[in-house]
Amino acid sequence: MTAIKPGLKLKSAVCSAEVMVIKAPAGASLTCGGAPMIGAKDDAPAGAALDPQAAGGCQVGKRYVNAEQSLEVLCTKAGEGSLAADGTALELKEAKKLPSSD
Amino acid sequence: MNISMFLQMAAETFPERIAVSNPDGHYSYGQLYDAAQAAAGLMRESACRYVVVLDTSSAALPIALMGAAMAGLPYVPLNYRLTEPELQALMDRVKPALLIGSPDLLEKLGNQSDTRVLTREAFLAQTLESDDRSDEVAEDPDAVAVQLFTSGTTGAPKAAILRHENLVSYILGTVEFMSAEEEEATLVSVPPYHIAGISALMSSIYACRRIVQLPNFEAEAWLETCHREGVTNAFVVPTMLSRIIAHLDHHPGAMPPPSIRAIAYGGGKMPMPVVESALTHFPGVNFTNAYGLTETSSTIALLDPEDHRIAFASDDPVIRHRLASVGKALPSVEIEVRDDAGNVLGPNEHGEIYVRGPQVSGEYLERRAIGDDGWFPTRDAGYIDEHGYIHLGGRADDIIVRGGENISPSEIEDVLLDHPAIMDIAAVGIPSEEWGEAVGAVVVLKEGATADVGELQAMVRKALRSSRVPERILFVDELPYNETGKLLRRLVKRYFD
Repeated sequence: MTAIKPGLKLKSAVCSAEVMVIKAPAGASLTCGGAPMIGAKDDAPAGAALDPQAAGGCQVGKRYVNAEQSLEVLCTKAGEGSLAADGTALELKEAKKLPSSD
Repeated sequence: MNISMFLQMAAETFPERIAVSNPDGHYSYGQLYDAAQAAAGLMRESACRYVVVLDTSSAALPIALMGAAMAGLPYVPLNYRLTEPELQALMDRVKPALLIGSPDLLEKLGNQSDTRVLTREAFLAQTLESDDRSDEVAEDPDAVAVQLFTSGTTGAPKAAILRHENLVSYILGTVEFMSAEEEEATLVSVPPYHIAGISALMSSIYACRRIVQLPNFEAEAWLETCHREGVTNAFVVPTMLSRIIAHLDHHPGAMPPPSIRAIAYGGGKMPMPVVESALTHFPGVNFTNAYGLTETSSTIALLDPEDHRIAFASDDPVIRHRLASVGKALPSVEIEVRDDAGNVLGPNEHGEIYVRGPQVSGEYLERRAIGDDGWFPTRDAGYIDEHGYIHLGGRADDIIVRGGENISPSEIEDVLLDHPAIMDIAAVGIPSEEWGEAVGAVVVLKEGATADVGELQAMVRKALRSSRVPERILFVDELPYNETGKLLRRLVKRYFD
């Protein structure tokens, strides 16, 4: 499995979701829809299917974090699967809305 | 991590939505993304190491910026107002190059070694009409996305570099993806070689807000474009806002555009009377003051619309004075003020502004100005008040040293700007046999207004102390600003020669 590091692009093995890693602790592992996420150019393993328990979905343009905020990803393409790291669901990162400054 | 991701996401979400409008036409996100891919291919083929642009605003800018990003090459927009020898000296530092520009500007440069030259028209034709698509992206967060030459007022221009990770952090920290409604449009009139011109492209693409390009700023054209394109947002430098207001004042038939909802300003110190006048002329418009530097990927602090309204409505001088501040630090950066010895100062203590955060590059090709601890000295003088509002006092290099006492020009300027007859003012250090340096002030009076030197000196003496009183005061018709609104203090100093 590829080491997760900032800038890495991953896609879901079970839905259309894609993410870019913003920050991640060493050794973290990401899943989407219950299945390990794969490299942007990799093929999904045969038989991979969306786990109904992890089908909350992820939205394009939103950032997702773990409880400690030590892991953060940007969803670059929406999907039906929800994101999790090391078995715990990621949460939507609430950002303060700022006025347009340029 | 690559800034081209912003365009890819916008194109995949809203392929048909208009991304850019200008006098040549309208371009959708889908078209721009396809063209950027073709541009990346063309850039890879040319074997250049820099993508150099010598042009005014057109669709070629976002295509070249995003194409260069995909190809992993630095995007280098040059200041087309420079003289031929100045431009040549910069060209010699960015080769081998792919040079894109308008024919009249390219002519200024003449034949270049190690350079493939494309006119804007040829570049647009070869990218917009190409079927050459490859979504291959150079993936190196450390790679330089943008290289901007500083204005070089004190020596040879420095090459400030912004990496993909800096710019991506800035956009993700300040802009919500697809936060704009389809009818929103932002008018970009700052020059493309200014950091605000580049951040405007990225912010608008990520917000999916249509970019309306105005190649050469002129107040009447700005207002006319707002009316014609239904502009909702705009960024202006202080001189632009002054000229727009002056135009409205002098042309009773000219109307503030009804579509405009938000105006952001920055790029230089905005005189408080101009802000007050803007709030009067554009009631209901959300004003935002943005403070940032090239080396910080643009904005690091904001005075938001609510702050403007509260300050404008207040009689409390401290709250009212927030209109002259640049607001508070963005949530994604830290800002502090330090003295010459590097000690962190408390509220209302004057020193130099330092900033830290992932968007801060603080790097030039020639040297790193950022500390190992990530703090970048901005060379801007100022203080942070007890409520966290940041007040700038000019460049640290502009500090007047009178008999060993440090005086910030803004201390004197802020006092005199409250005088009803004064439109604009600059305080500078002038040679003094007794003190080494003394304060000199150059004043622009409002039309038909009068004031005398003694009266102004008394005003400063009363508000501050005798060391701040300008030894000499001159009256002029206007102060020298550059095209992006920066006061040229070295020229002001010459008035006293």
